[in-house]
Amino acid sequence: MKKEVLKVDNLNMHYETLSGNVSAVKNVSFTIHEGESFGLVGESGCGKTSVAMSLLQLQADNAKISSGSIKLEGRELVGLSESELRKVRWDSISIVFQGAMNAWNPVIKIGEQIREAIREHYPSNTKQQNIEKIKELFEIVGLKEEIMDRYPHELSGGMKQRAVIALALSCNPKVVIADEPTTALDVVIQDQILKEIKKVQELLGLSLIYISHDIAVIAEMTSQMAVMYAGSIVEIGPTKEIFSNPKHAYTRLLLESTPSVVGEKKKLRSLDGEPPSLIDDIKGCSFSPRCPNPTEECKNGTKDMRLIKVGEGHYADSCCVECG
Amino acid sequence: MKQNLVEVKNLEKYFETSGGLLSRKKNVVKAVDDISFNIPVGESLGLVGQSGCGKTTTARALCLLDPKTNGDIKFLNRETNLLESIDNLDGEELKKFRRNIQMIFQDPYESLNPRWTIKDIILEPLNIHNIGSLSDRDDAVVEILKTVGLTPPENYLPRYPHELSGGQRQRVSIARTLIMKPKFVVCDEPTSMLDVSIRISIMDLMLNLAKDLEVSYLYITHDLAVARYMCNTIAVMFNGKIVEIAETEELLSNPIHPYTKRLISSIPIPDPSYERKVYDLNYDELDSIIAKDTEKKGMVDIGNQHYVATHDVKGLL
Repeated sequence: MKKEVLKVDNLNMHYETLSGNVSAVKNVSFTIHEGESFGLVGESGCGKTSVAMSLLQLQADNAKISSGSIKLEGRELVGLSESELRKVRWDSISIVFQGAMNAWNPVIKIGEQIREAIREHYPSNTKQQNIEKIKELFEIVGLKEEIMDRYPHELSGGMKQRAVIALALSCNPKVVIADEPTTALDVVIQDQILKEIKKVQELLGLSLIYISHDIAVIAEMTSQMAVMYAGSIVEIGPTKEIFSNPKHAYTRLLLESTPSVVGEKKKLRSLDGEPPSLIDDIKGCSFSPRCPNPTEECKNGTKDMRLIKVGEGHYADSCCVECG
Repeated sequence: MKQNLVEVKNLEKYFETSGGLLSRKKNVVKAVDDISFNIPVGESLGLVGQSGCGKTTTARALCLLDPKTNGDIKFLNRETNLLESIDNLDGEELKKFRRNIQMIFQDPYESLNPRWTIKDIILEPLNIHNIGSLSDRDDAVVEILKTVGLTPPENYLPRYPHELSGGQRQRVSIARTLIMKPKFVVCDEPTSMLDVSIRISIMDLMLNLAKDLEVSYLYITHDLAVARYMCNTIAVMFNGKIVEIAETEELLSNPIHPYTKRLISSIPIPDPSYERKVYDLNYDELDSIIAKDTEKKGMVDIGNQHYVATHDVKGLL
């Protein structure tokens, strides 16, 4: 049995807004083991990024973690002070943000920006040590050494994204969160970056949390995955198991709405309607308004949402499992 | 054999760039270099390739948004039923041409005027082309909103783009395009900014409209999986040239050109037990081979309406 690295237990997070509390993360629990890659998939606004931000506690000022625990190698992160958190961030958990390649400071050289992060965490390192470290990182992500002395505008999108990955690895984290790292890139570059991330992950034995709305990318990248809908995990388990034996209606719809270049050309199913507003308290199954065949019970909201075991390490929301 | 709606022959579009400050030398970027294709009435062609390969430049030249450098573009004239060159259109004829050819853009957040209501946005082309009486126009707007699935229309007419979701905005773009009853629509990655859940509904909407209204699409995308769903034929572009063109399933099952193979192999497969083939392609090498091939022998037919560029790429993969 591999060592547990990150354990999230019943995490609840909401945003306080003028029109009420938006419950963005509801009772989310998952465990990530050493060297494992865990995928988080769902449509825009389902709470994927909110989960990632809660892990690092980088959420916006109006966001509050109301209950739950996040344990990193047994150490509780919820409730830590800002200065303690600063040590955890990057050192233990780092993140590749969505569109991060556009977040480089345009007037500072790439190498200097990465060195800044290392300096913050390893103040006793000499400049030469840090430069050696960056050289090493660049080698891992497939960048040439001289990129260090370039400005962001001199690099292509793919190169900038590689540099962002190098930055995320700069303080030897245990867990790396990749939040849609390839969304703005075209397919060939996406393919290269995905391979790079996979290679790095295996090489360094990292635990990876991969967030995407593209279920095809999740299939490529992860061994465990969770499907999120309206702030909750509706299905979680081994990726292969979920793809071959999806239990939740939403998972099935996601799978049936993804085009592929292999296999028989099939009619894709569209997912009509919109996710529910998270301001209101949702009674019962949050997916029932869009479910292709909801029962009366689902629609009335008399059933509670809870995950039940449907296979080895495979859990799905009870509502959908019971209606089939 | 269906009649062609669009015929493009040896289209070229070059951009001149200066060799640097104070330099007299001019460099030429061949954004689109000698490409040819046909699109039959009611069918769709997918233009697939990496960013910067010239897909959008081709589309803009086709819509007369940018002047082409060389080549012929012919368009079917509905009245005479003949293919006519669009080179020397002006005045009324140009206006008529523009009515028949429309564009849907990639980003529904940027392509709609934020200070106009949905009604104004969809009404604009009718006003510009002065089609129908004022009350006819209002009816047409209501009708087209129903067609694209924004119902009830009265809820949408007075709203502004920022009040709509990405999918709804893209439906507005489609409505604005289709209200002119065009025969040919150029779609520049219309679903790449949309979420998975709404992507299919927009694609299905476009497919149904193509069937009902006999619209042809030139569908630009970098995602072959999307192109497969939308198009009868796919043309693969690399550095301004079409390197392979064939009927969709033929192209995917029997790719010949190394670049096509590379492109197909880079699409993630939504199946964790599927092992993708790994192709590593040296782009610089491919680029120099293509650059050396200056004779412009065009493409060779290998049967099944499957054409591959003639430059020698053996042993590249």
